[in-house]
Amino acid sequence: MSTLHTVNKSPFERSTLVSCLNHTVEGDKVLMIEDGVISARKGSAFEELVKSVQENCALYVLAPDMAARGIGKGDLVDGITPVDYNGFVDLVAECDRTQSWL
Amino acid sequence: MTMDEAGAPNGEAKKFLYVNRKAPYGTIYALESLEVVLIGAAFEQDVELAFIDDGVYQIVKGQETDGIGAKNFSATYKALGDYEVTKFYVEAESLAERGLTADNLMEIMYEDEDDDWAEKPSIKIVNRAEMAEIMSAQDVILSF
Repeated sequence: MSTLHTVNKSPFERSTLVSCLNHTVEGDKVLMIEDGVISARKGSAFEELVKSVQENCALYVLAPDMAARGIGKGDLVDGITPVDYNGFVDLVAECDRTQSWL
Repeated sequence: MTMDEAGAPNGEAKKFLYVNRKAPYGTIYALESLEVVLIGAAFEQDVELAFIDDGVYQIVKGQETDGIGAKNFSATYKALGDYEVTKFYVEAESLAERGLTADNLMEIMYEDEDDDWAEKPSIKIVNRAEMAEIMSAQDVILSF
């Protein structure tokens, strides 16, 4: 039983990412979309938080939203997996429920 | 001819600072700011731009929007020099917090008519205290 969490806000703009990550349980998946992809960048002030969550959860980022913001695959925090729209659908299908953090 | 010499139709040009705090594409703020910047420039006001917080992402290079079905308006920033918008203040702390450096920003240039049309960079990296000083020197501040 796992939950897919999606986060669409920048961690610098809203506390959405922090709230989401504080409410995950082992085996959950977190997908960063829209401005949420800003959390995935290596070297940001949120890198340590993002890394600490990876011990329990798999993290993903929507590649088209990364590309729009000039974030390349080499810019990602280690261990975060880029997915395309089909990958997004796969994640929704694999998980028991989806929680959209706004 | 400078802005002040050109003068606005109804008097002297005012100093306008457009403060950009949002990443592009996730919301409409960045695009709307650009529209208003062009209006300000058309009315021959003294227009300067500030990029703080997630606003620094507006001028990050390598933006590719084909995958999200949104218009890539990043090239517009490079054209602002032709409208005498030549001061882009970017906050160093905002870059650093996001794992960005000046090297991640687009090359935005203008031609200085007072210096034999020499090409010069529009982007100036300033620290938070300097940004506060820039804000306090304006006639009008518009936030996006």
